[in-house]
Parts: sequence; structure tokens; C-alpha cells
Amino acid sequence: MELLLVLVLGLLYAAGVYLILRRSMVKLLLGIMLLGNGTNILIFLLGSITKGKPPVIDSNHNVFQDIYADPIPQALILTAIVISFALTAFAIVLLKRVYALVDSDDLDDLNTPEEEDI
Amino acid sequence: MIDNHILAPVFIHLFTAIIQLIAWRKTVSQRFLSVGGTFIGLLIAIRLFAKVYTEGSLHMNASNWEAPFGIVFVADLLSSTMVLLTSIAGFAVSIFSSVGLSRQRMLYGYFPIFHFLLMGLNGAFLTGDIFNLYVWFEVVIISSFVLMTLGGRKAQLEGAVKYMAMNILASTFFLTGIGILYGITGSLNMADLAIKIRNFDNKALVGITSIFFILGFGIKSAVFPLYYWLPSSYHTPPSAVAATFGGLLTKLGIYAILRVFSLIFIPDDFTRTLFMVLAVLTVITGAFGALIKTNIRRMFSYLIVCHIGFMLGGIAMFTKLALMGTVFYLIHDIMVKTNMFLIAGFIRMVSGTMDMQKLGGLYKNYPLISLMIALVLFSLVGIPPLSGFWPKIYLFQEAFVDKQYFFIAALIIGSLVTMYVIAKMWADVFWKDVPEGVAIEDKYKDLPLFKKLLLVVPILLLCSVTLYIGFNAENIIIVVDRITNELLDTSPYIRNVLGDKAFEQ
Amino acid sequence: MRSIILQTATRYLLPILLLFSFFLLLRGHYYPGGGFVGGLVASIAFVLHSFANGTEATMKILKRKPLSLIPVGLGISAVSVVLPTFFGLPPMTGLWWEEKVPVIGMIGSALFFDLGVYLVVIGVVLTILFTISLTKD
Repeated sequence: MELLLVLVLGLLYAAGVYLILRRSMVKLLLGIMLLGNGTNILIFLLGSITKGKPPVIDSNHNVFQDIYADPIPQALILTAIVISFALTAFAIVLLKRVYALVDSDDLDDLNTPEEEDI
Repeated sequence: MIDNHILAPVFIHLFTAIIQLIAWRKTVSQRFLSVGGTFIGLLIAIRLFAKVYTEGSLHMNASNWEAPFGIVFVADLLSSTMVLLTSIAGFAVSIFSSVGLSRQRMLYGYFPIFHFLLMGLNGAFLTGDIFNLYVWFEVVIISSFVLMTLGGRKAQLEGAVKYMAMNILASTFFLTGIGILYGITGSLNMADLAIKIRNFDNKALVGITSIFFILGFGIKSAVFPLYYWLPSSYHTPPSAVAATFGGLLTKLGIYAILRVFSLIFIPDDFTRTLFMVLAVLTVITGAFGALIKTNIRRMFSYLIVCHIGFMLGGIAMFTKLALMGTVFYLIHDIMVKTNMFLIAGFIRMVSGTMDMQKLGGLYKNYPLISLMIALVLFSLVGIPPLSGFWPKIYLFQEAFVDKQYFFIAALIIGSLVTMYVIAKMWADVFWKDVPEGVAIEDKYKDLPLFKKLLLVVPILLLCSVTLYIGFNAENIIIVVDRITNELLDTSPYIRNVLGDKAFEQ
Repeated sequence: MRSIILQTATRYLLPILLLFSFFLLLRGHYYPGGGFVGGLVASIAFVLHSFANGTEATMKILKRKPLSLIPVGLGISAVSVVLPTFFGLPPMTGLWWEEKVPVIGMIGSALFFDLGVYLVVIGVVLTILFTISLTKD
């Protein structure tokens, strides 16, 4: 299981970096999203995975009876997912607006010289 | 010592923002709310600073969970000073933006977002939990994205794409670092991490983790190779927004470097050399960038980069005097850089342009205001009794003792270039007559007196704070001295958060 | 694309999904669930409705702009966070009602925090989706 996750992690990071280095705005966004997901899996992996033992105490007991999965990485990942959700939504709207204004997907075209700025 | 009210600087901005959201599209009441909110925030910050100064560090366990398990908020002298400076700058920018910003932008919710930004900054300064720091960083960058795109002109959106991509990337690096830290220590509390990392054997792994933090914070604070998003985006939003960004956001990165690299990773030779190389290159590239720009705000953007290098160089030497230089420079820089962009906004208001080649004659028309601006510009350059001078003495002295000759050269080049570009700007904008064939549109002249005051008072406020820092440097040095002691010997911080049991092993 | 099957199904699914989201919100304190998940399910119900009937129709049944939910939700959450400080406790400490309320169970400040999150999530998700779907290129 760990090995599989490590492979997925490497793949996500590699694909993310590759896409970020492209010139297209959409690919930039996809790359950022992939990197973010890679980071989430990294946190999940480093929180030492425990299978089939959710950190929920059943109603007959007051404390944990057994080894249980660490809930903190999941809390961290959930927070990171929520944040990246907001960031991605913003980024999509922004890129859509930029595309409508510049009429190009190429990041190199984002250099309109504008002398007068507020 | 426990104080349950240290989060008040965060909550005041949260509640101001909520009330402003309820008063959506009512721009007049939003302006009053914003000025009132930042003023109360300033009072709270002064109280927090006074309490920390007299009684020592405070902390608070959120939800009443004991320190290494719950999220802890810590107000030591560095954090409370940063909160105080943020509040002063926020108050000034809030007053300025009530006139300096078009109503169109206010309708899209400038003020609530501005308060969310201040909330995020205060939260980031006060937190004692590394993941919580990440969350506050995100609050700050999401708010700054919105502020940056507000208005939706083409140049603004183009700048925002670069800004957004680099900042999200920085957050990803930061988060990766946090993930690895959690993996090797099983803790997120910074005080707890400090002890656990010190006792951790695999130093190579710790070094690699620290690289992720350098990358993340380096992008945020605009350090060489990673700074280019700053000059290509900071000149696009309105001046009030640029003032908040230029004054506070990059300094948040420097604060995070100071905090993390004094508490968790103690800089070893490799990190210090890396910081030094980066600092020298940052100063030089920033200085050269500033030389060739004729637009005032583009020039200021490069000066931000250049001066970030000064602070980073102080951290790289990591001795008492060098850190004193860095912290003092941080205090001076927040006040002056915020003011610089407000001044840029004022110049734009008076003459309708920011291109130095088209500007001129400001001194003739507004002699008193020009003299006040001159004081700010001299502070930035560091003419002896003014505020920019004192930290540079420390940096120079320590660089000689530490034999960092490249850094000395960079300091000299950086200071000279700053002086040169400011002198050029003074001559072009204030002394020179208006060039022929350029029609100036003075929007300022026709404003009623009250609105004129609202534009000038924030500049005057920040200017007087700068003058206080310069002329009463001995008081500032007492504070800076204590902050530096806390940075170099972190055991009081750790004891404050974790209690005495922390050092029993 | 207007599918009669989807429209009919949505008519029945919308109340059920909203009820389910409320169920998730209430059980959140001790079991998996909570304000964020509940809010997402509720907003998915409206998103489904907008798929079936068009965004304008969804805005019509919502009556108010979803943006106005954000300050309300934030306000409820923020008050429940700050409230414990007036009792000399750190912010975010759970304050609990002594007696059990039927159906809901124990009521505490955590429930109000979740309720605020629930409203904010609905407001944010719907605002984002409406903004994206209503912008013309």
C-alpha cells in the first residue's frame, strides 16, 4: 500500500511540475492542482497509514481500546482540500476572465505594456 | 502566561468584515466601519503590545486543549510588534482608501476583503502552530488575490495570474514541508517541534525539509530567483491595495523565516551560506531593476525586492547584532514601504500619472506636503538621524566582523542605488517643472478639504511614526534587543507554550 | 439540454438531499458528518436543480442571492467562537446546554459553529457556480 502511494505521489509531482512548465494557462492550473493533490497524498503517507481502524470510539467505551489511524493527517488534508477548492475556483474564474480579455491561452501573451496604471 | 484575549486583533477584523458584508454595497457606511474597525484594532494592538512588553510572552490554548495537542496562539514580543505595525499600517491604508479608491471597486467589496487580509496577517503573526500558520497564509493570499483583481482591468488580471500561480506554488512547497515535518516528528506545535527536531538524529532529512520552507517563504517574501512575480504584479492594483501588499505581505514571509529558522531549524553553515548568497543576489538584482524603471510604482516594487535582501542578509549571519539589524529594518520597512505606495497614490491623484518623465512641479504646487514626502524618502534612503540608517549600521558592523565582504558590497550598492533612484525621483517629480506638452489633471485640487485631509493624514501618520523610529531609535533598540534575545534563546518561548515539563527528558 | 427524466427526479431529490444534508449537519459532532459536508450536499442539491432547470430557475427558488448567506453564516460561527471568552474560557471552547433536546441531542456552541459553516459553504459554492455559469464569454 505504501509503495503504491509513493508511486502515485511521484507521478503526481512529476506531472504537476511538467504541466507547470508548459506555456498554456490551463495546463498551469492543472499542474498546480496536481501538485496540491500530490502534497495531500504525501501528508497522508507520512502520517503512517493504519488500515481498517478508524479513530472513532464506539459508544461502549470512553477511550481507544486498540491501535487506531492517526486522525490528524486527515484533518490536515481536509483543510488543505477546502483551501485548494477555494483557490481553484478563484483561479478558474480568473483564467476565464483573462482568456476573454487577452484571447489567448499562452502565458507569454500576458505582457500587455500599459503605461497608465492606477 | 495564559491570556484568553490575545486573539482580539483577529476577531476585531473578522467582525468588521462580517458587518461590512451585511452592509453590502453601502459604501459610505463601509468606509466608516472600516476606519472605526481599524482604529479599534490599533487600540487593541497597542494594549497587546503593552501587556507583552511589561508582563512577558502570552499564550492561549484554543478550545482549551493543552499545548502540544491543540492549536496554540502565542504573543511574544516579535509577534505583538508585528501586530502593532500591521494595525498602524492598516489604519493608515483604511483612511487613505476611503478617498483614494474608486467607488466602483468599493461596490465589489474592497473593504470586507481588506479586513479579511488584516485578519489573516494578525492570525499569522499570533499563531504558534505550523499548520495554522499555513492556514493564515492561505487566508492572506486568497484575500490578496481578490484585492489584486478588483476592478478587472487587463493589466491587473495579467499581473494577478503571475501572482496567483507563484503564491499557490509557494503554499504547496510550504505544505510539503509541513507534511514531512509531521512525518518525522508527529507534531505541529512549533515549540514542540523545536524540541523534537533538536533531538532528531537524521540531520540531513531536517536540512532537506528546511529547503521546502526556504522555497515557500522565499517565494512569498520575493527573494532572488523567485521574486519576479512581484515587480510584474505590484504596480497593477490601486495604490491603497499596493500599499498593503508592499508594506505587509512580503514582510510576512520575512517574519515566517525569522520564526521558523530561529525556532525549528537552527541555521547551520549550509543554510547560512545559502541565505547569504540569496541575500546578496536579491539586493543586487533588485537594485538594478529599480535603476531602469521610470514608473514610480514599478521602481518601488524593485526597491521592495532590494530591501528584502538586507533583511535576509541579517538572518544569514544569525548573530545578535545582525538579527537586531534585521528586526529593526523590518520595523522601519513596514512603515516606510506602506507610506511609499500611499505617496505614489497621492502623486497619481495630484497629477494623473505615475510616469516620472511626465511628472513635475509638485514642489511648486504643494511645498508642505512635498517636504513631508521628502522626510519619508530620506528615511527610506537612510540619511543618518532617520530610521533607515540605524539598522544598516548593525548590518555593516556585523558583516565586517563576520567577514561577509560580498554582503558589504551588496549593502553599499543597494544603499547607493536606493539613494540614486530616490534622488532622481525627487528631481523628476518634485523639482523639475512640468514637461512641455503634458497636461496634468489635478483631481486633488477640487476635492473638499475633508477629503484632502483624508488623503494626507495617513501619509502624515506613517511619516510621524517613521520619524519617531528614527529620532527615538534608543527606545526601538530596547524593543529590538529583547526581540533578538528571544529569537536567539528560544527556551522562554518553549517554556511559555509547553510549561516547565518541556525540558524534562 | 433539458431532460424530463432529470427534471422529474430533481423535483423529488431536492427535498430529500436537503433533509439528508441537515441530518449530516446534526450528527456531525460525534459521528462522521458536520457543517462542511452537510453544506456541500445541500449545495449539490441546488446544483442538480440548476442542471435540470437552468440557473435562472434555481435562483428563482432561492429567492435571495446565495452571497447573502455568507455574512450570516460567518456571523453565527464567529459569535460561537468568541462566546466562551465571556465566560473566561479560551475561544472555541465548547459550551454545552445542560439538558438533552429530543431528536437533536446535546446542543452546544459547536453545533452553532457547524451551522455557520453549513451556511457559508452553501453560500460560497452557489456563488462560485452561479458566477461561472452566468458569465458570458
